[in-house]
Amino acid sequence: MLLALRRSLNEQFIRWALRVRPPEPTPIHLTQRRVYVLPTRAGVLYAVSLLTMLIGAINYNLSLGYVLVFLLGGLGITTILHTFRNLAGLTLNIGTPKPVFAGDVAHFPVILHNSDHRTRSLLYLRLPEQAAIIADLPPTDHTRVMLPLPAAQRGWLILPRITLDTVWPLGLVRAWSYAAPGCECLIYPRPADAVPPAPTFGGMAGGRLASDTGDEDFAGLRRHQPSDPPHHVAWKAAARQDSHAPLQTKQFAGTAAQSLWFDWATLPLSMDAETRLSILTRWVLDAESDGLAWGLRLPGKEITQGHGPDHVHRCLKALALHEA
Amino acid sequence: MKPDTTQPLTLAQTWWLLTTGLAAFVPLVPQVPIWLAALTAAVFVWRAALAWWRQPLPNRWILVLVTLAGTAGVFLQYRTLFGQRAGVALLLIFLALKQLEARTPRDGIAIVFLAYFLTLTQFFEDQSIPIAATMLATLVVATAALAALTDARTSPLPLLRRAGVMLLQAVPFMLILFVLFPRVNGPLWGLPTDAYSGLTGLSDSMTPGSINNLIQSDAIAFRVKFDGDVPPRNQMYWRGPVLTQLDERTWRPGKMIRVSALPYTPDTSSPAYRYTVTLEPHNKPWLFALELPTHLPPDSFTTTDFQLYAKKPVRERRRYEMESRIRSRHDPETLNQLASALNLPQQLNARTHSLGQSFATPGSSDRQRLQQAIDFMRKQQLIYTLQPPLMSANVADEFLFDHKRGFCEHFSASFVILMRAASVPARVVTGYQGGELNPVDNTWVIRQSDAHAWAEVWIEQQGWVRVDPTATSAPARIEQNLAAAVPAGDPLPFLSGAGLDWLREMRFRWWAVNNAWNQWILGYDPKLQRELLEKIGMQSPDWRQMTAWLAGLCGTALLILTAAMLWRRPPTDPALRQWQRFCRRLARHGLARHNWEGPDDYAQRLAAALPAKAPEISRIADLYAGLRYGRLDPVALEALRRHVAAFKP
Repeated sequence: MLLALRRSLNEQFIRWALRVRPPEPTPIHLTQRRVYVLPTRAGVLYAVSLLTMLIGAINYNLSLGYVLVFLLGGLGITTILHTFRNLAGLTLNIGTPKPVFAGDVAHFPVILHNSDHRTRSLLYLRLPEQAAIIADLPPTDHTRVMLPLPAAQRGWLILPRITLDTVWPLGLVRAWSYAAPGCECLIYPRPADAVPPAPTFGGMAGGRLASDTGDEDFAGLRRHQPSDPPHHVAWKAAARQDSHAPLQTKQFAGTAAQSLWFDWATLPLSMDAETRLSILTRWVLDAESDGLAWGLRLPGKEITQGHGPDHVHRCLKALALHEA
Repeated sequence: MKPDTTQPLTLAQTWWLLTTGLAAFVPLVPQVPIWLAALTAAVFVWRAALAWWRQPLPNRWILVLVTLAGTAGVFLQYRTLFGQRAGVALLLIFLALKQLEARTPRDGIAIVFLAYFLTLTQFFEDQSIPIAATMLATLVVATAALAALTDARTSPLPLLRRAGVMLLQAVPFMLILFVLFPRVNGPLWGLPTDAYSGLTGLSDSMTPGSINNLIQSDAIAFRVKFDGDVPPRNQMYWRGPVLTQLDERTWRPGKMIRVSALPYTPDTSSPAYRYTVTLEPHNKPWLFALELPTHLPPDSFTTTDFQLYAKKPVRERRRYEMESRIRSRHDPETLNQLASALNLPQQLNARTHSLGQSFATPGSSDRQRLQQAIDFMRKQQLIYTLQPPLMSANVADEFLFDHKRGFCEHFSASFVILMRAASVPARVVTGYQGGELNPVDNTWVIRQSDAHAWAEVWIEQQGWVRVDPTATSAPARIEQNLAAAVPAGDPLPFLSGAGLDWLREMRFRWWAVNNAWNQWILGYDPKLQRELLEKIGMQSPDWRQMTAWLAGLCGTALLILTAAMLWRRPPTDPALRQWQRFCRRLARHGLARHNWEGPDDYAQRLAAALPAKAPEISRIADLYAGLRYGRLDPVALEALRRHVAAFKP
């Protein structure tokens, strides 16, 4: 109950502290108004020690004791400024994260700009419930840190609010700030481990073996598609024809003979949607690593045959965002 | 969400903590027992060896054993665990053992704070300038260690520099707080009984040898600054405890009778001397003044035997202004008091007794008897020495008739016994005689080595008359100083010896600095604070006003420091300034310039986003690019300024 109240108050504070409704437009400048400072546990202990020492100095009338305590008190004040300055004035930008598979860890690139003429040291960047990433910034320079965040589900993983904090230089006070840049990472479905054989080639092993040797086994020509590898284009045939005629692609045994279509509908109805997506993902990946061309059919969506990294991404994105 | 302070300490951090511990420990060595210093040093060496050979920390039960042994040792040494000295000793043991137990930065923070605390404890014994310098060194090291605990990767020199810079920035706050923090007259509560055990000074009794011990000390008893005339050196008798009662060998004060008014009338025809005394704490109630003061300092009283007493033992440096006249007229003493000034233990010093009685021929005046005694002592050719031979209970007999070698205690005590035997009331007066003038700041420095004992005799019609039997035998002691009076070859306190002139000069300068330090830094008490604050324009300073000033000045210092630290150099290029103004305006509309965008790229993007403003945008970008990368044309600059000012996205 109390914990829940505390959490909700904390959430309220953060919302107030951010001052803008997330997501914020980037670049985010950490102005002095949105950097907060409080003593750490060590800082509280420091203050208590100083108070004890002050009482000692008064009681024993130690003039040098006053000097010592007041000097340390002044140190406490200056360390607030140093810690504050270490964070305030920082500019934060966000890059585009690379898609990952569900169950892996997504990495959000954050670019920190330091426009000041001094180093910023030991900045901690953290996402909720994640370990902190430490960054150092040379004077008038920028640095890129990757914020890891485990991706549990396929779809868009939204970058949560970033907490930036620092206790540099003495660990007595902590300055912190929040940033909520808008950023999403595409999470592909997790490829299934155990898969039924892909629909149109007899077996996994057979298909792969065929492709290993199949390049030599010429099986005819078909109309060229942009995704076909250039060395499969029938250049000699093209030279014989006039320039407006479409290019032909040479078809080889093992790849060409089969028309690979990964179809949602061919999977047993007993499977749930996520399992089907997982299996389709695995097929897509296997086909690409085997150098095959394939097409993908999902309810309400069809991606024509092709191969290569862009094609993989198109297919996996469709699978990731499929509304079951 | 807190930074992690639980990962193990790095090797560098361990060395930092060892250095910090050492920096706190070394200045304390002179004030702890030898065994404790040895134990602490051994633990430090042990820890250093473990760090050097990368060995794991010892088992906890070993530490428990060492802690128990150390605590037991402290208890045996001081018979308590709670006094001031015992407390320091225990803290030192904890500091040492924490080194063997520190595994994380959190433990390290405890060591640093303990070091800060131990730095304070060295002031119990000493608050001199060298100790202050030591304190600064310890602070820099400990603060650098604190920084190292947060930032394990930085090398030692930058850390030390960072600590130094931060401490320098702390100095203004320290100064403001030091001057304005409302001072109170401590202590806030009772101090441990051993709180002032380190203080030295004249005691309230005198046995042969007691002043002799004191005189070996170069410690300063008090300083005097004359305002106007300075009395001749041989008249500088700084009066202290008066000893009337003789028990065997020991002289003690007589019955103390407090009086509210001065028990004598200053002789206004004799010259008056005005001066300020700065008395070092000596944990005894007496105050020192030239014979005899014409008024009482604040918080003091006097007695029928003309002693000045503070109401409380002098436990901190005390300043008071005095005026004295060399001659005074005394009102008649009560018979009672005169009788106590005639008491003698009958069975001792038989020869002195009979000699004294021989002076007391019927009809002879007190003055004649006094003269006889002085003549006798002169005739005996007594030798003044710091190394008198050992004497039995019959000190006066052995001194006057056998060894004839003695110190001021022997001279004064024997003389008083002689006078009492001759039925002349007499008493011993202790105090200081002479002093040394520091020409640098014109201050007379009176040291423990100037401690002296002389006599007073009661002469009818005249009252108490000072007689210094030492002066009659060794006039050099009074006319010059100790070094001149003592036969060559006798050991002397170091600073009393005749040194090289430049050395003397240096010493005088150093003493002058020390004096200023004592007066203004160590002597900064509620009274001085009030005087100073009134001088700089605060009317009737009380704690409320001081706190207000304190807050105001600290706030100002904080603002200045913040401004200095957060101020960022504005661009000096006027074209760049206009361009940034333009960019800022667009940034407010969500069209901030990316860091990598030049003026052309940015203008194209803006034009796409704000088609209606496209010509204006491209005009501004062109003007800026021309000014920034081409010639700085004032007309174009003015055009840019106008365009930017008129631009509304």
